[in-house]
Parts: sequence; C-alpha cells; structure tokens
Amino acid sequence: MSDASSPLVVIVGAGPAGIRAAATLVEAGFHPVVIDEGHRAGGQIYRRPPTGFLRTPEQLYGSEAAKARALHALFDRLAADGRLTLCAGSSVIAVQEGRLHVLGEGGVQVIGYDRLILATGASDRVAPVSGWQSAGVYSLGAAQIALKAQGVALGRRIVLIGSGPLLTLVGAQLLKAGADVAAVLDTSRWHQQMRGGWQLAARPIVALRGLALRARLGGRYHAGVAFERIEVDGQGVTAMRWRDAGGRARLTPCDMIGMGWHLRAETHLADLAGCSFTYDEQWRQWLPKTDEMGRAGNGVYLAGDGVRLLGADGAEIAGRLAAAACLADLGLPAPSLRADLRKLARLERFARGLACAFPWPAAMVQALPDDAIVCRCENVTAGDVRQSAGFGGGEANRVKSLSRVGMGRCQGRYCQLAAVELAAVQAGCTPAAVGRFRGQAPVRPAPIDAFLREG
Amino acid sequence: MITAGRVVRLAEFDRAQLRFFLDGQMCAALVGDTVLTAMLASGHALRKFEFGPELRAGFCLMGACQDCWVWQEEGPRLRACSTLVTEGMRLRTTPPESWP
Repeated sequence: MSDASSPLVVIVGAGPAGIRAAATLVEAGFHPVVIDEGHRAGGQIYRRPPTGFLRTPEQLYGSEAAKARALHALFDRLAADGRLTLCAGSSVIAVQEGRLHVLGEGGVQVIGYDRLILATGASDRVAPVSGWQSAGVYSLGAAQIALKAQGVALGRRIVLIGSGPLLTLVGAQLLKAGADVAAVLDTSRWHQQMRGGWQLAARPIVALRGLALRARLGGRYHAGVAFERIEVDGQGVTAMRWRDAGGRARLTPCDMIGMGWHLRAETHLADLAGCSFTYDEQWRQWLPKTDEMGRAGNGVYLAGDGVRLLGADGAEIAGRLAAAACLADLGLPAPSLRADLRKLARLERFARGLACAFPWPAAMVQALPDDAIVCRCENVTAGDVRQSAGFGGGEANRVKSLSRVGMGRCQGRYCQLAAVELAAVQAGCTPAAVGRFRGQAPVRPAPIDAFLREG
Repeated sequence: MITAGRVVRLAEFDRAQLRFFLDGQMCAALVGDTVLTAMLASGHALRKFEFGPELRAGFCLMGACQDCWVWQEEGPRLRACSTLVTEGMRLRTTPPESWP
C-alpha cells in the first residue's frame, strides 16, 4: 500500500492520539506522514527531554511511565523501519483545498493529502488575573514542561493557582523534585468538588491517585479561594494576593505563579480545514463536531484533546478510532474497536465529572476590574473589551475588530474564552451567543522569507 | 543548584557546559538547555514588552502563546521555548538598533 498510487494520509501531531493513529495505519499497510512541532515524538504529557538527559521514564512520568515508554518505543520503531515519514520541528500553519502549508527549518513546504487526521492536543485554559502579564507568570503546563523537559523550576518560590487535575499534579511533581511550592490555590469549593466527585468513580484508580497527590500538598492546598491580584515590581512577580474560603485576605510572597483551569482544545487547524463547531456548555468552549469515531467530514478526522478533553488515555483510543474510520472510508478492512468505544464512553463520564468538580471560573472573569489585562499579546484590557461590546454588540469577531482582543500573536488562544465571557455580560447574552473568533492562517507566526523559500 | 537568574536547576546536572552571549555579556548554559532556560538561568526576563512597561519571560513553553520571541544580534528572531541554545549564540533582550 505504500506505492505512489495509495492514498496519502497525513497526521498532524505526534502525541498519544497521533502515534496510535499512525500505528493503526501502518498496520493496514499505509505509509503515513506525521508532522509534529516537537523535536521528538511524544506530545506534551509524554514529552521527552532533549537527547543526553538521564532521568528515567519512571522519574519523568510517574505512574504513567509504562504508557509513555510504550508509545515512544512504538513510534521510534516505526520511524526507524521507514514505515512512516516524520516531519519533526515543523508547524502546519495553513490548510487549504487538500493541502497543508508546513513551516520547518527550511521554509514553508506544501504537502497535499487525501485524508487528514488532526491530533493537535490542547493547552492550558487560562483565566486572567490582574497582573498576569508580568514576567514570572506561567501556565501550569509550562511549569510541568520546564520540569520534565529541562529539569528546572521556573522560580525559587512558587504559587500555583486555578483548578483541575493538573493543579494538584504539578504541585506534587514540583514538590517531589525539590522545588519550593508555597501554596496551591484552587478556585473550586469543596462542595463543588464533591458534586462532580461521584462521576469520578468511573475511573476509581485515577481518582484515588488524584486524592493521594492532593494529600502530598498538605496545608499548602486551599479550596474555594478568590484572587485579588498578582503583586509585581520591575523584575516581575513578588506575591499573590488572595482570599481564602472564609473571605480572609492573604498575601503569599513568591517569584513564580503557575495558572490554569483544566484544558482548552487546540482547534485552529480544524477550523481552517472546514470543521463545524458546537459550544460545549460543560467545558465552556467551542469544540469541533465529529461522529463517535472522529469523522469531521471532507476527509478530515479529529482525535485526542483537540476535539474531546479526555486526557492521554482517551487520546490513544481516539487515535486508533480515527485511523480505523479513515480506513473504513477508503473501503478497506478496519479493525473492530467496539471495546475501545465502550472505554471511551467511560472516560467521557469521568471527564464530565472533572469538568463539574473543577469548573471554569466564569464569575471571577466577569468581575475583572477594567484595568486588568485580558490579552497578554497586546495588553488589551477588560475595560477595552467591555467598551467594544457595548459599542458594537456582543459578537466575537466584532469585539475582536474593535478592541484587537485575539489579534495578537497567540491568535486568541489565551484570551478568547475570557473575552467572550466579558462580551456576553456586556451584551446581556450567553457566551455561546457571542460566538468564537474566526481562525486565520498562518496559525503560527511565520517570517516572510519562509514563504519566499516556499517549495 | 541555584542559578543567577529566575530558573532553579533541579535535575540533569551532568551535561557539558557551553557559552553564549546575552546582551553582549558572556553567559554559561548546559547542552540541551532551551534558549528560554539558558536566558532565565542568567537573567530574570527574556525581553522588554512592546505594548506595555513590563518585562516578559515566556508563558506556555509549548510554542502556543508566542510570548518568548527573542532577538539575535544577527537579526532573525527565535522562539526561546522551542529552540535549543548553541555554542556562541548571540541573544538580545531588546531589538537591535537597526530595528525599524
């Protein structure tokens, strides 16, 4: 099937979903092309340090080491045997009419595809807190990547804020590695966490592991907190000013803050590939529409956290399913994955429980002071967004044109959800009615000369 | 091993050293450091922000937020979180004088 006449399947992303999709296609005799931004396959959660680093998978990935080891070994074997083509360190910056524009070291290359599997993953879902534009404020994912891929902490005294499983996990990982974690501040109240808790029984071992990690944080962990602001000086962060569940004002000196409220699906390429989207009330974000196998239509398939926020285990399953759907649509025998579909339904129940237990802090965002920065790329404030929505109405792209929120280099990845929340209040409608920012190519900044060298 | 800058090294000490230049000053880093790690081991920020008074030091470390673009003396900018530092690299926290 690897002759020139066989359909070309391109996979974007070499995390758990992309690796499983690639392996499923190779097993069926295909030779997929895999494009990944990383230098080594693995994705974010199973991210590998540069060559020459010595910590073992057990030290890096803890309870998930066996899964990480298996995925890395599988992908490396397929690549070494020439069963797939890997474009590492490369970003897909545009999708148009069956062609991908891929930015790599040599410039922009155009790769045509017959079928496209997008496994683009997710990044931290962040909510603005006054002062968060300052040096020393990072996403929770960043704190974890720094530790795993570089062996460093991003500060001497660390405060973690937000909500969700990563908050506890990163706190426990940093402590274990010897970092000074001063406080772990969760906006979700205990009774809210209990409300989502019963659904977490869908994965009892994972839930218990989470509780054990939480126990390691000891008195550093506080539930039901509210944030006043991040205190800064000319160098960056100096302290977190917050209120505990009882309303008492607290000040925790620190030089680094990690923040995140669970995950935000990375959907720019799905948007450019023509997928339709639906607003998910529970995740408070727009997600691409697919069938249960990951079919999005037009020869495009989606897998992993970029379409459903189920984590790495769910991504492995979704990768297999998307590849099987692709094979079936090409009229080829596809592996039966009924057991996978059942398991995915269980993971979905668990994920819904997480979304309920650790919600997006809508009220906190809505109450942001006017001078708080919403867009870190261009320092657009909450007041700017409110004013634009008041003047031009509560439509996402109009608010974007008028205030420039979402027009910066991150293209709305870190401001969109908060901006929509603010615009909705101003316009007296729901976030779903405000809509979403249109995706625009290039989805990563690209120097002009990369196009001049276009191959 | 406490560094002179923002980051604290917690593991992977057994790597060869290399030298790079930050705003003209010679600094040390370890082979396998990203530009972000190397710059923040020597200083507290990556760059002066174009739209506000504050310094920036990166945010997502996964190539999504684009907060960590830094200048090189020879011109082209690079994304500090996803580029490995190399021997003799010359980096700047402010734009070169020739920047329009």
